[in-house]
Amino acid sequence: MDYSEKVMDHFENPRNQGILENPDGIGVEGNPQCGDIMKIYIKVADNRIADVKFQTFGCGAAIASSSMATEMIMGKTLEEAWDLSNKAVAQALDGLPPQKVHCSVLAEDAIHRAINDYRVKQGLEPWEEKPGHKKHCHESQ
Amino acid sequence: MTESHIIYMDNAATTPVRQEVVDAMIPYMRENFGNPSSLYDIAKINREAVALARSRVARALNAEDKEIYFTSCGTESDNWAIKGTAFANRDKGKHIITSAIEHHAVLYTCQWLEKQGFEVTYLPVDEFGMVNPKDVEAAIRPDTVLITIMFANNEIGTIQPIAEIGKIAREHNVLFHTDAVQAAGHVPIDVKAMNIDMLSISGHKFNGPKGTGVLYIGKRVKLDSLMHGGDQERKRRAGTENVAGIVGIGLALELSVKEMDATTKRLDALRKRLVDGLLTIPKSRLNGHPTKRLPNNVNVIFEYIEGESILLMLNRRGICASTGSACNSASLEPSHVLTACGIPHEVVHGSLRLTLGEMNTQEDVDIVIDAVKDIVQKLRNMSPLTPDELRKY
Repeated sequence: MDYSEKVMDHFENPRNQGILENPDGIGVEGNPQCGDIMKIYIKVADNRIADVKFQTFGCGAAIASSSMATEMIMGKTLEEAWDLSNKAVAQALDGLPPQKVHCSVLAEDAIHRAINDYRVKQGLEPWEEKPGHKKHCHESQ
Repeated sequence: MTESHIIYMDNAATTPVRQEVVDAMIPYMRENFGNPSSLYDIAKINREAVALARSRVARALNAEDKEIYFTSCGTESDNWAIKGTAFANRDKGKHIITSAIEHHAVLYTCQWLEKQGFEVTYLPVDEFGMVNPKDVEAAIRPDTVLITIMFANNEIGTIQPIAEIGKIAREHNVLFHTDAVQAAGHVPIDVKAMNIDMLSISGHKFNGPKGTGVLYIGKRVKLDSLMHGGDQERKRRAGTENVAGIVGIGLALELSVKEMDATTKRLDALRKRLVDGLLTIPKSRLNGHPTKRLPNNVNVIFEYIEGESILLMLNRRGICASTGSACNSASLEPSHVLTACGIPHEVVHGSLRLTLGEMNTQEDVDIVIDAVKDIVQKLRNMSPLTPDELRKY
């Protein structure tokens, strides 16, 4: 697999990997049949991501995307975190092989789920996905 | 172990060419470069070299020289045997029997034939990847023209009951082809005793050169050609002979067969040590048959983690291996072999194949066991699926 050095760095030295105790929001995306599943935990303070951790089952691209995405949303407002696109994650990793781009969508979707989990727990309306958003994995199997 | 020391445990993918085989090939690229079809003396040397290689292959299989046809690879041999038989016997029938765990060279060829109007039965396998000969017999129809079942599986190493299937095919007067790409040079093959009508071989799986293959075609077999053109290979497979490659595959097979007992004994011991070491990892299991398998094949599954990640981490430590995970394939499909054995998709992702070869030592095996243990734990710590009792920080 021809991964960039950035991907290999985040794969081998994942940032923010682990579990957050008492998180304000949890998001799980993917399924083990697809071969990747990401679980993300967020702490929110003053409408910002105060802390974030992830656990990922998956290939090098899935783990690296998870790591990079958490690094990119740390300290950001919830709106900014919501707007983080899978393309931005892939770009920050110096690109992903074409068949691995879906792995970066995993991270985007997991972040959305965590933010909406937080919003619902706060008694707020969950945000809606933008029209045309494709889920990372079609559950066809 | 030095930084540059590579531990190559992917010998089912390919093998390095033996030095004595390289040495034997080189003269046929420089001084003996003639075209075997030419009249002059220097071409005679090439004809003789091809003839010697042919008889070496024939002896290794208990075949006759004129039943050996050189091809460009195992895939060509499989394509030729299956398409050639199907089209040559269209007046007799259009039904082919194969198994769910064949190499794609067989599987996709059969699927292509289905598009051409042929009918194919894909037999299931048991949990060990074994085809039941009774299923083969039950699948035979009056219009069955070919049974094609692989000798040994490339992913899990399971060796099929080839002699039993051959006997059934012969009794029902149906042609029997076997893809022996993983078996040739590794386990004994006797095309006569096993009632094999056609058998595919690939040179680079037993320390011969890439780009070389053999199709054994028994005398009674009628099949169409795949390659049309010149009069080479008794007018059945056109194309100027890859003389150096043919010399290489012939010698490599002869040497592999000669050394088979010693190699098997050595690899069996290494394999046992490797399997025992890997299975001390909790929630792991061996895929394929416990005893009826290739001496060099180890295929294990570790739950809660994904195979490509294991390979990447092994690669960083200089260890070359393989996986059946979907994430490691361009199609993103998990191994059809492991899923045919009844292993759920989510578990197939955690498979690791290690195939031993001449270069591997006991020290290598111990290094790999320690590396895999460490990597599995590291990935399990990262995985949201891992039960808490298997996490270590």
